[in-house]
Amino acid sequence: MKIPFSLTVNGKPVSTEIEPRALLVEFLRGPLQLTGTHVGCDTAQCGACTVLVDGKPMKSCNMLAIQAQGANVTTIEGLAQGDALHPMQAAFRKHHGLQCGFCTPGMVLSAVGLAGQVKQPSEAQIREALDGNFCRCTGYHNIVKAVQEGLADMTA
Amino acid sequence: MQPFAYSEPTTLAKATGAAAANADSRYLAGGQSLIAAMKLGLSAPAELVDLARLPELRGIKVEGNGAALTVGAMTPHAEVAASMEVGARIAALAALAGGIGDRQVRNRGTLGGSLANDDPAADYPAAVLGLAATVNTNKRQIAADDFFKGLFETALAPGELIMSVTFPVPKKAAYRKFRNPASRFALVGVFVAQTAQGPRVAVTGAGSRGVFRVKSMEQALARDWSAKALESILVPASELQSDLHASAEYRAHLVGVLAQRAVAEA
Amino acid sequence: MTDTTVREKPASAAPQRATKPGGPIGARIERKEDARFLTGAGQYTDDVALPHQTYASFVRSPHAHARIRALRVDAAKGAPGVIAVYTGADIPQSVGGLPCGWLITGSDGKPMKEPKHPILAQGKVRHVGDPVAIVIAESAAQAKEAAQLVDVDYEALPAVVDVRDAMRKGAPAVHDEAPDNVCYVWALGDKAAADAAFAKAAHVTTLQLVNNRLIPNAIEPRACNATYSRADDSYTLYVANQNPHVERLLMTAFVLGLPEHKVRVIAPDVGGGFGSKIYLYAEETVCVWASKLVGRPIKWTAERGESFQSDAHGRDHVTRAELALDKDGRFLGMRVQTTAAMGAYLSTFASCIPTILYATLLAGQYRTPAIHCEVTAVFTNTAPVDAYRGAGRPEATYVVERLVATAAREMGIAQDQIRRRNFIREFPYATPVALTYDTGDYEACLDGAMKLADVAGFAKRKEEAAKRGKLRGLGYSSYIEACGLAPSNVAGSLGARAGLFEAGEVRVHPTGKVTVFTGSHSHGQGHETTFAQVVAGRLGIAVEDIDVVHGDTGRIPFGMGTYGSRSIAVGGTAIMKAVDKIVAKGRKIAAHLMEVSDADVEFADGKFTVKGTDKNVPFAQVALTAYVPHNYPLDKLEPGLDETAFYDPTNFTYPAGTHICEVEIDPQTGETKIVAFSACDDFGNIINPMIVEGQVHGGLAQGIGQALLEACVYDRDSGQLLTGSYMDYAMPRAADFPSFRVDTRVTPCTHNPLGVKGCGEAGAIGAPAAVINAICDATGAKDVAMPATSERVWRVVRENQGRA
Repeated sequence: MKIPFSLTVNGKPVSTEIEPRALLVEFLRGPLQLTGTHVGCDTAQCGACTVLVDGKPMKSCNMLAIQAQGANVTTIEGLAQGDALHPMQAAFRKHHGLQCGFCTPGMVLSAVGLAGQVKQPSEAQIREALDGNFCRCTGYHNIVKAVQEGLADMTA
Repeated sequence: MQPFAYSEPTTLAKATGAAAANADSRYLAGGQSLIAAMKLGLSAPAELVDLARLPELRGIKVEGNGAALTVGAMTPHAEVAASMEVGARIAALAALAGGIGDRQVRNRGTLGGSLANDDPAADYPAAVLGLAATVNTNKRQIAADDFFKGLFETALAPGELIMSVTFPVPKKAAYRKFRNPASRFALVGVFVAQTAQGPRVAVTGAGSRGVFRVKSMEQALARDWSAKALESILVPASELQSDLHASAEYRAHLVGVLAQRAVAEA
Repeated sequence: MTDTTVREKPASAAPQRATKPGGPIGARIERKEDARFLTGAGQYTDDVALPHQTYASFVRSPHAHARIRALRVDAAKGAPGVIAVYTGADIPQSVGGLPCGWLITGSDGKPMKEPKHPILAQGKVRHVGDPVAIVIAESAAQAKEAAQLVDVDYEALPAVVDVRDAMRKGAPAVHDEAPDNVCYVWALGDKAAADAAFAKAAHVTTLQLVNNRLIPNAIEPRACNATYSRADDSYTLYVANQNPHVERLLMTAFVLGLPEHKVRVIAPDVGGGFGSKIYLYAEETVCVWASKLVGRPIKWTAERGESFQSDAHGRDHVTRAELALDKDGRFLGMRVQTTAAMGAYLSTFASCIPTILYATLLAGQYRTPAIHCEVTAVFTNTAPVDAYRGAGRPEATYVVERLVATAAREMGIAQDQIRRRNFIREFPYATPVALTYDTGDYEACLDGAMKLADVAGFAKRKEEAAKRGKLRGLGYSSYIEACGLAPSNVAGSLGARAGLFEAGEVRVHPTGKVTVFTGSHSHGQGHETTFAQVVAGRLGIAVEDIDVVHGDTGRIPFGMGTYGSRSIAVGGTAIMKAVDKIVAKGRKIAAHLMEVSDADVEFADGKFTVKGTDKNVPFAQVALTAYVPHNYPLDKLEPGLDETAFYDPTNFTYPAGTHICEVEIDPQTGETKIVAFSACDDFGNIINPMIVEGQVHGGLAQGIGQALLEACVYDRDSGQLLTGSYMDYAMPRAADFPSFRVDTRVTPCTHNPLGVKGCGEAGAIGAPAAVINAICDATGAKDVAMPATSERVWRVVRENQGRA
């Protein structure tokens, strides 16, 4: 049985009906065709599905879409302003913080969600803060550099 | 995932009423364990009663002139970790909350959800038991010592809802956790506290029947609150969990090491 | 820290064209592919939605070994949304099993055992996750729900999952064709010479080693989307795969019997592979087969749990290794006996991994005159084992470098000294295990790594750590790899059933823009940038004016794909050869335009110039002329500017280097932290240092992951996969690593025009031995099993009190 469902995705209001069992990631990738949000596991650990819900990084594979009722959701597609990359996206590109690109949307959003949490986080703090995101390609080295610079650029 | 009915009550009465009306219903808090279990087919409730619209289940209150903290059941771990009130009064609790799962999980997972699930390797049960907290439900107050009943089992009756947990502020406390490198749950977690009623030592992750207290350590600490006082105390491995990730013998050893370190840190 | 020091050796003067300072070659150019990945515009297989899409779910065996007594699908067929259900009984006799691409001939002269690998189980299941049936429905959820209604009556059989158990007398047989579970026994090297070396040795070091089974865990799970067109009786398959042409060849010619030209395989953006997406798997084959029956596209995307059960795994060796030394620590001989798991079926390249890519590397960087290796490959009731990043070479390096480090400790020789004493210093060097190294400078990398690691300051750091109650250790690993797979004739003589060349096409458009088509595939390696740099450097045009197309049999002439660190060395060279043809033709066009002879025209900086003058025509004008041939030598030259080249390498390439790991151990808990990791590698010439460093970092993380965290564990009795999710399989996270210290030294490869060797696997090859050697150094233990979990380290600390 579908129930009414309204929220804001990447700044745009969405009103529809949804099955209660639909996961947020299924709603984003399916009806909204926002396929930048990826699914890498079924136990809510890899973090590839991370989106911002009211500014906070959450795993869209481990929440029902209906739990985002009324919320403001940002996916990777909503980060850049036109052709201008978000500072975190730009930092990932500059520092080669991505290889295959599959974990990247979740990683970038997780990093964006760090802004304002700790001022000028150390390398160790950034590594700890990425505890909910797996990357199998980069060894995290360049991701850490990118996050450091991206956070600095976001507050600059 | 199996289909289920969903309601999002805005009053406590409606929430508990909905649960009472359907024996196969489950309360939905942050859903970080429940939804994962439903995805894997390990849990298939007929109805979910979402607690998200019940403001009375959220927030952190200082009680009795700072003698205790009451944390709403729907307060996410990240909020407890970042709370000034918690940090100032029970820093060990804030640190524990800040080490649960990962950052995304901490943004959704809640105290009440964690306790109702009672995963034997979860962190919060160690704090609740270690601080002699009280679990406040819609029906009664349950002392920590009576709340945990084994693996994934609690004293909660069907339909009973955790509203909040009251943590007495201890004289000192600390939590030391040795992570399972895969799941990040506690391979062993030890919460020590010097409370008004004396020292308490609660261990999570290691017990074959869930979180437990180490009375021998508590007695030793009552005589002498020091890491040294625990040096010769070994928890019997026979009562501990042995699995892919650690033998009971190693867990027993870690309980000792972590307890000493927690006492030194507290 | 990451500066690239170029040390060129006169002995290995490969052609150095296109390495002009300031040009795109050797530059840290940001990646062209990043814009789409960073904005969510990448298109991975699961993102492809086709009209009238259907979805598949596979019914998989819950048993490690069982006979299928009965299979009832009626309930599933009647479930909501279900379109079709197929089982092994529905697969026609004409459909073959999944083939193995490499025939190993045993020491007894007999071919390896090749039991059939059916695309859906027939009669028996042989590992947990073995596919039994496919359910196709209108939605993924309906397919999955209906799959649970397929009723399989299993008669559970005894299972064997451990290679040591598989060898025991009376062990359950995985296949009737191999009652002793032996696939082959194979040997390399001169046994008599090795035995003689041991007879005269002053010291013998012996180790029993286990190379732990790993699950590759590309973050994108395997996926496919297969569709059939009645219009032209053709199939299109989107698949998360590293080598679409090989996928097509194997699927059409060996399994389904379809005409190769009627099947198009597209590997779009692929979210990591590390070997696991090289192979032809059952799932995509079944989907292609069923797509004609269903008449609609069929999509399947693995859940992570399925990936754990059904992706080809890596490693899983048990080895006894011995090193014979003279009194000064010079290596006299090596003997190695390895038992390697194949899993329940032979995966696409399974048989060559513990043989051709393993035993041949046992010389390492050293002049060990006599080496003998015997490998027994065994079937087990587990997922198949095949190449995983490094593939055989990490296992070889682990054997060699654990032996060398242990011998040095036993004999009281410094770790760098024992290596210096034994390094190969003259090239070309023919090893006693079938390879000829063309070039290298092993001491340069050792010195470089020691500098990065600040070995000189280690004693002080160790002392400081000891004051805090911690143990510190340094571990070295001087690895070598054979990459750039591979000379086809050599590979063929060793059992390869395919060629190992690469193809490239360079299409110059009338406006002078260029599209490059490569048969190698990028799933994170950055080909779209690196290959554009190579072409830009040679043609003197902007990197932005070049697009690189890969992963589509419909657009690319041919290709063997990406594995074995071959893309730049083999794929890049094929492109260079095509570019050479473009330049040669362009020279003729330019000569015609400038009315001089071809020989008087030279090409540089994007201009064709008459030698000794400044008279020139730019590349773009030549391109336009080729397509608008009004003033053109049509009597001698075809119009157009589009060239294809195939390149078959003459030798492997031999990247090598030294890694040094520094660990700090908490002796009370066994917790082990990598406090520093330094890698100094020689990859030959480097096109894009930023990308190369990224490859090193990623490889190191996988190598360190193997050493400290990762293990695929099956229950020895039930055969159940105990590490079937990320709850139990420890994936490395950011906080498990320090920042890496990397540097390079350069001896250009002598037999390809770019002088490149490849860099994709080095980190995973060198790191495990460095980590374990460091733990042994810190604790005084002779060995600690991988993964060196806290508990294992805690135990060796207790057992070795006072030995470090």
